[in-house]
Amino acid sequence: MTGLVLDRLTVRRGGVPVVALDLSVRPGEVLTVMGPSGSGKSTALAAILGTLDPSFERTGSIRLDGIDVTDLPTRARRIGLLFQDDVLFPHLSVGGNLAFALPPERRGRAARRAAVEEALDKADLRGFADRDPATLSGGQRARVALMRTLLAEPRALLLDEPFARLDTDLRGRIRDFVLDRIRAEGLPAILVTHDHEDARAAGGRIVDPTGRPVPDAP
Amino acid sequence: MTQGGVLRAAPPLTALLMAGPVLAGLGALAIPLSDGDGLARLLAWNGLSGAVRLSLVTGVVSTLVSLALALLIVAALDGRRSFRLITRALSPLLSVPHAAAALGLAFLISPSGWIARVLSPWATGWQTPPDVLILNDPAGLALILGLVVKETPFLLLMILAALPQADPARRMTVAASLGYGRFAGWALTVLPAVWPQIRLPVCAVLAYAMTSVEMALILGPSLPPTLAVQIVTWSMQPDLAWRGPAAAGAVLQLGLVVAVLAVLWLGERLVAVLGCRLAFTGRRGARLDGIVAPLAVVLAAGSAAAVGLGLAGLGVWSVAGLWTFPDALPATFTTGTWESAAPGLLAASARTVALAAISAGAALALTLACLEAEVRFGLRPGHAALWLLYLPLLVPQVVFLPGLHVLFVWLGFGGSLWAVAAVHVVFVLPYVFLSLAAPWRAWDARICVAGAALGAGADRVFWRLRLPMLLQPVLTALAIGLAVSIGQYLPTLAIGGGRVTTLTTEAVALSSGGNRRVIGTYAVMQTLLPAVGFALALALPALVFRNRRGMRGAT
Amino acid sequence: MRSAISKLTALAVIAIAAVAGPLRAEQPDPKNWPAVLEAAKGQTVYWHAWGGDPKINAFIAWVGEQAEARYGVTLEQVKLASTADAVATVLAERQAGQDADGSVDLIWINGENFAGMKSEGVLFGPFAESLPNWPLVDVAGKPATVMDFTEPTEGYESPWAMAQLVFEHDSARLPDPPRSAKALLDWARANPGRFTYPQPPDYLGTTFLKQALYAHVADPALLQSPADEASYEAVTAPLWAWLDQLTPHLWRSGQAYPANEPALGQLLADGEIDISFAFNPGRASAVIAAGELPETVRTFVWDGGTIGNASFVAIPYNAAHAAGAMVIANLLLDPEVQARAQDPAVLGFQTVLDVASLGETDRAQFDALDLGVATLAPADLGPALLEPHASWMTRIAEDWVSRYGVVQ
Repeated sequence: MTGLVLDRLTVRRGGVPVVALDLSVRPGEVLTVMGPSGSGKSTALAAILGTLDPSFERTGSIRLDGIDVTDLPTRARRIGLLFQDDVLFPHLSVGGNLAFALPPERRGRAARRAAVEEALDKADLRGFADRDPATLSGGQRARVALMRTLLAEPRALLLDEPFARLDTDLRGRIRDFVLDRIRAEGLPAILVTHDHEDARAAGGRIVDPTGRPVPDAP
Repeated sequence: MTQGGVLRAAPPLTALLMAGPVLAGLGALAIPLSDGDGLARLLAWNGLSGAVRLSLVTGVVSTLVSLALALLIVAALDGRRSFRLITRALSPLLSVPHAAAALGLAFLISPSGWIARVLSPWATGWQTPPDVLILNDPAGLALILGLVVKETPFLLLMILAALPQADPARRMTVAASLGYGRFAGWALTVLPAVWPQIRLPVCAVLAYAMTSVEMALILGPSLPPTLAVQIVTWSMQPDLAWRGPAAAGAVLQLGLVVAVLAVLWLGERLVAVLGCRLAFTGRRGARLDGIVAPLAVVLAAGSAAAVGLGLAGLGVWSVAGLWTFPDALPATFTTGTWESAAPGLLAASARTVALAAISAGAALALTLACLEAEVRFGLRPGHAALWLLYLPLLVPQVVFLPGLHVLFVWLGFGGSLWAVAAVHVVFVLPYVFLSLAAPWRAWDARICVAGAALGAGADRVFWRLRLPMLLQPVLTALAIGLAVSIGQYLPTLAIGGGRVTTLTTEAVALSSGGNRRVIGTYAVMQTLLPAVGFALALALPALVFRNRRGMRGAT
Repeated sequence: MRSAISKLTALAVIAIAAVAGPLRAEQPDPKNWPAVLEAAKGQTVYWHAWGGDPKINAFIAWVGEQAEARYGVTLEQVKLASTADAVATVLAERQAGQDADGSVDLIWINGENFAGMKSEGVLFGPFAESLPNWPLVDVAGKPATVMDFTEPTEGYESPWAMAQLVFEHDSARLPDPPRSAKALLDWARANPGRFTYPQPPDYLGTTFLKQALYAHVADPALLQSPADEASYEAVTAPLWAWLDQLTPHLWRSGQAYPANEPALGQLLADGEIDISFAFNPGRASAVIAAGELPETVRTFVWDGGTIGNASFVAIPYNAAHAAGAMVIANLLLDPEVQARAQDPAVLGFQTVLDVASLGETDRAQFDALDLGVATLAPADLGPALLEPHASWMTRIAEDWVSRYGVVQ
């Protein structure tokens, strides 16, 4: 089956369960994990991404498009990640940041350059390839960060409060852009947030880190 | 002068202390250069091209290898369980004086050394040591090895100190989620942020490695020796005419260091361009990890073992009776060496400790004054201040110390303990400052505000809040200062005029005699003293704050 | 600033004085010994002596105890890697205008360093022949006590030990060692990598070259006059020819050399070489007694004799404690001190005194010495060849550096 499946995924610390998720996310669906800070949202992300600290005990499994990725290292899981901060590499140009994500199978400088330009086009950033990331606005940086994540051709996407740092007027537009691209690419995605508006915009199910549905009310 | 005035004077005073001796020593080179045929005699020496080549090759290769090794260890292992183990094994090596490390290594790897003894005759068939050129080889390989095992821990700790500001965790997560291997991801995303912070330490290592005297004396070749050793040899000749070529050689040595630093600067740009090109190809380098991680573990463990076993070997020699080849251990043991060496050892240790206490204490006081002045007067030290701090580490000792000695004699403090201590401060202060500045500046300023809100003045905040809370890093900085002073060879020899002898000058003097038993006693003491300093720096805060959980492990 | 100006003034004064005539510190008169003793009391004498051998260091420390007890003089050894360091210090002080209160009081010296300081005029004296113990010195039987590398000492240095070159071998590994330059070459060809010598310009290494030179000159008397351009090439040519043949068969094929005498001795102890040598006939026995060499080590000399000379102490012209230094120089000639130095368990140095003419009790101290298992009897030690003129040593060392000092 396609999509992201969390099969009785639990994470405990000192015997206390912090995360308990048993669900699947269809391609194009954006599931929201909500909760106040310290509720285990980041732990859930780390477990899915494979960066969990050894002091946690994990049980259950993670399947992506039918493949069990539970014991694979992060780099082999093909799960894309979008941070609260964009984490663009300041020593690379905008184009360099994007090419960094592009799979190496796309050979030749010209071909790679073309793929980068195409991605910038999609993000309404034509001609930005040689710019220093430091000269971009917050909204532009967020879009570059998303395109970088998508260029690596992930099979699923994790969004770690990606809109929290944006101004209110920008926030709506970037959120729409990101969600539209996810649906256009047909990726299963999990959004972690404590913001109800984000959750509502995602349009999918809303659960807390232990899997209980969260009522959709402010 | 008011207390504020004293504090305000501290930064310019420190700057003067860093730059003054270097510039004065360089200026004094003009005297022997102005009269006579120094340059002609230098050029007439048939070993010149060999000495220059050695200086370049040993300096550059050892620095590149140490840097590569230190980067490899951090890139491949940071965050893994083996990493803490390896940094714990390597960091004590930092306090081992260069001379002691070199002497230990020399005994370990020589054809009649410990490795050969342990393997003979059962594995090698050797009844007498093989006639192979391992130590003092003309290519300088033994010297390179010695420099590498000593400089790698230093660079490793410098990288670790720079790491938090490079945001390694999130960058590595992004790289991994994009499919990058650990090593490739680190090199392409974290290293570019680390490099600007370790550039100066790397330059200092390069300048040191190209001009080290004591390591080159013990491990380096003699046909010809490195340029730095030859300069010192000429400076020590009874015939004054040799001062000319010595000064010309010093100028050449300075030129070599400047040229290599310039090449490093170009190389840095080249690597940056190539790195960006590589990043553009998107190659994930995932398969590298399988090779790099075990390599890093083996090389790191190897360097730690080389120094550790070398020192252990010298320890055994210090209690050895008859110990002929190929016995792995002495046939008889005796305390005779220690007994006969005791008077000299005690005197030298006392002088070493006195020098270290004076110079490290003065350096710490100046550092604290500078850092507190920063806070109170809102000073923002720029790049120039950092370069100034590194000046005495970048300009080779062998270049400016002989001139400084003539100056000191002329001023009438030649050969005194105080003169030597003053010059030690020049070399101790940069390390004390660099080690203390980061934790000092990172201290939670809200506590200062909270203290002020309770009515505490700036002095009270300093003495009652800041200093006690930063006791651990302050003591660590002091211990580093002590270790640096204890290890100083050329400054002690050149400024003390042979009259101020320390464990280090005695050990190097003895090394020319090759008596491993006595060398062993000096090397053991030389290693022990700084270790005691570090142990105290760890133990004291733990004792003082034994009932304060919030102060544990706080640095 | 004020002090800088006063320094400049002082420098100007010194410069004028230097033109007008040498400015000398007021130094004690060696002929008035009671006054010397009085002045010396309470002084600390800085003896700059090579510090590479712990046995010598221990001996100097013992001399210091004697000086303290007998004369109230404190002795501090400044351990040098090379005697040249002390000479350099004195010269640097003179360059800086420090003509009194210098940091060096006493130097263990001979040969080139002595000739250099004497010709530079930076020695105190003459004092040696005014020392109360001077009449005990065997000047007639040991002419090297007043002739340092053909340089007459003229009282500017006082002898304290005699030395002669002897070779050492482990009789268990090498029962019948080669006893001439030619035999050594043949043996080295058959046993490559088992012999070496300290790297010139090291003193012992250059002495070995001079020893070999003696074997290759027809008229040894030539070596007693300065080496002149015309004769030097011709006289040394056979030496270099011999060395060219020997070098490939040396330890490490001549690509590296030990630094000095103890380093050479350590190679013998480690079994890296089969033959070493020392400028001290008692060294082997002393080291065996200390348990650092196998008991099968023996000494031997070359047919026709080996080079011998004396070690001296000299006092710089600007020494801060010249009186104390003279007291030490005199103490070093004391029969008890000399006998202790000759004891193989202590140093094994040969005495400079005429033992036969000493008083009963003093002579008994020498007679009681057990010279040790490896030390040759005086009769077997063979003739002591005189040191060639210092210019030979300088030229040979320089020539060696240009011929073998850079590995091709």
